[in-house]
Amino acid sequence: MTKFEIRGLRADVLIGEDERQEILKGVDLTVNSGETHAIMGPNGSGKSTLAYAIAGHPRYEITEGEVLIDGENVLDMEVDERARAGVFLAMQYPVEVPGVSMSNFLRSSVTAVRGEAPKLRQFSKELQGAMKNLSIDSGFAARGVNEGFSGGEKKRHEILQLELLKPKVAILDETDSGLDVDALKIVSEGINRSKETHQMGTMLITHYTRILNHVKPDFVHVFAGGRIAESGGPDLADTLESEGYERFVKAGA
Amino acid sequence: MTSPSTEPKAHSHGLGEIPFSKLATHGSFDVNDFPVPNGREEEWRFTPLRRLKGLHDFKGEADGVDRLDVDAPEGVTVEKVGRDDERLRTAGLPADRVTAQAHSAFEEATVLTVAKGTALERPVTIERQAQGGTRFDQYLIELEPMAEAVVVLKQTGTGVRAGNLDLHVGEGARLTLVSVQDWEQDAVDVTQHNAQVEKDGTFKSIVVTLGGDLVRLSPKVAYKDRGANAELHGLYFTGDGQHHEHRSLIDHNLSSTRSRVEYKGALSGKDAHAVWIGDVIIGEGTSGTDSYELNRNLQLTDDTRVDSVPNLEIFTGEVEGAGHASASGRLDDIHLFYLRSRGIPEEEARRLVIRGYFLELINRIPIEELRDEIMGKVEQKLASHE
Repeated sequence: MTKFEIRGLRADVLIGEDERQEILKGVDLTVNSGETHAIMGPNGSGKSTLAYAIAGHPRYEITEGEVLIDGENVLDMEVDERARAGVFLAMQYPVEVPGVSMSNFLRSSVTAVRGEAPKLRQFSKELQGAMKNLSIDSGFAARGVNEGFSGGEKKRHEILQLELLKPKVAILDETDSGLDVDALKIVSEGINRSKETHQMGTMLITHYTRILNHVKPDFVHVFAGGRIAESGGPDLADTLESEGYERFVKAGA
Repeated sequence: MTSPSTEPKAHSHGLGEIPFSKLATHGSFDVNDFPVPNGREEEWRFTPLRRLKGLHDFKGEADGVDRLDVDAPEGVTVEKVGRDDERLRTAGLPADRVTAQAHSAFEEATVLTVAKGTALERPVTIERQAQGGTRFDQYLIELEPMAEAVVVLKQTGTGVRAGNLDLHVGEGARLTLVSVQDWEQDAVDVTQHNAQVEKDGTFKSIVVTLGGDLVRLSPKVAYKDRGANAELHGLYFTGDGQHHEHRSLIDHNLSSTRSRVEYKGALSGKDAHAVWIGDVIIGEGTSGTDSYELNRNLQLTDDTRVDSVPNLEIFTGEVEGAGHASASGRLDDIHLFYLRSRGIPEEEARRLVIRGYFLELINRIPIEELRDEIMGKVEQKLASHE
């Protein structure tokens, strides 16, 4: 049982040498093991900033608040320590790292997170199985990390990493964007497997309700103006679907 | 945000400055045709003359000794020849005083010939260990028509060395040269490669410069007929106080010739200095030239210095392709963030990214053991700078 708490989180985006802008203006949210929280909101509301700030992206700086995993402050940890503590960020725009093969990267990553190197044969079998589940051609293992991948291929590989690293909490930043119906289904199944097999707590950041038909949320939050503007059950998503975000955009402005 | 910071960027060229013409670069076999450089000359302005240990104004005695081991498969003739051998004056002129000094002063040259139509079944390996002192050298590698060979020159040890390596690639022949400068810390090496490529011949060179106090390597390519092709690749890892200078000159003096130049380096540590000069000339009246050159530098610490100068001179309107790119920068923090966000500790993430940066280049070496050996040396150097 893991408790992931975001308390009074404020963060700036660093624009230039001396330029910064506050994006997060006091975010509070608690995610327990097995729970799925959909974070929905208009573009520019700060949803992605929330994800990146928690992961420790260098372009963002947290100015106030804390993020705790089972009482331990994630913000005191290095970026890689956060991952090893069980926090995972599936990125909206996964980074291309030329020359580093996917298989080498995944093995390094799994070794770091699990604390020991998996046996080569065993790992290769595990990787092949996980790739097959996500309909990823085995040829991708030899390619550079995200190098020349299409948007959909990158998203599948984010979920591949999710399934291999088995985090306690996953923040999925618009994992559904740019996916066609089939890919969305495949990716959603991957998320659901992680939820079932190890009771992953999930923050599902999305602009659209489409993915919520495949990954059922327990809670839905509306994110606007850098904070959670309203929270509710799954039916809040239906209201947003029919009414849009207009009400919150106005309220935020 | 996802592009590495050393990715070449498009840029415009001002019209205000008229570049120094490489066509004015003269050559001679005779050292006395070159004045003693003072460091302000275009071809010497990046080189710290005092660290040449007298090579640019040589007065002493060439007392250096090299141990040379040549391992050549069947089909290769290895000869030691005297100064009067005519073949030593066919591959092009030394372009500066130091390489002319070497040509004026060498006593015996090593000549490797691969017989017509012979495709070597394994690479030729030349292990050269410098055992101190100053020494001038002349080498010639000759591929007769339709021959195919990979030649690996591994250079270790210490001393002050200057020389010319002439490469003659016959009609339809294919030569791959891998030259590894793995000198000890105090070595000085000033070398010119003179490649001449005949009709439909292909010359590939892969230069790996890791060691030495000062290495100045000038690969020069000239074409003897149409369809000739040259690819120059280079990798350098320049550490504390080291000076690594690579100056390529490709002279597209004839129509329908091709060239690629790709040099990538990493620098780490106080006063590490890398210089890359990439000269490409596309001659008057030629057509169908296809050329591209690129230099990238990864500055791993702030106290390093890079001078990167691509220089294209085009004297014809009939060009198929002519491009150049140069970029220097630090490790991309977004690359590191991505790897670290998957739990990989910072040091290992850095190692992975740097390894990745060099991988494509190293993979051009056609011998697996040598690829591993060089990647191992790069990692060793990397580790010693962390």
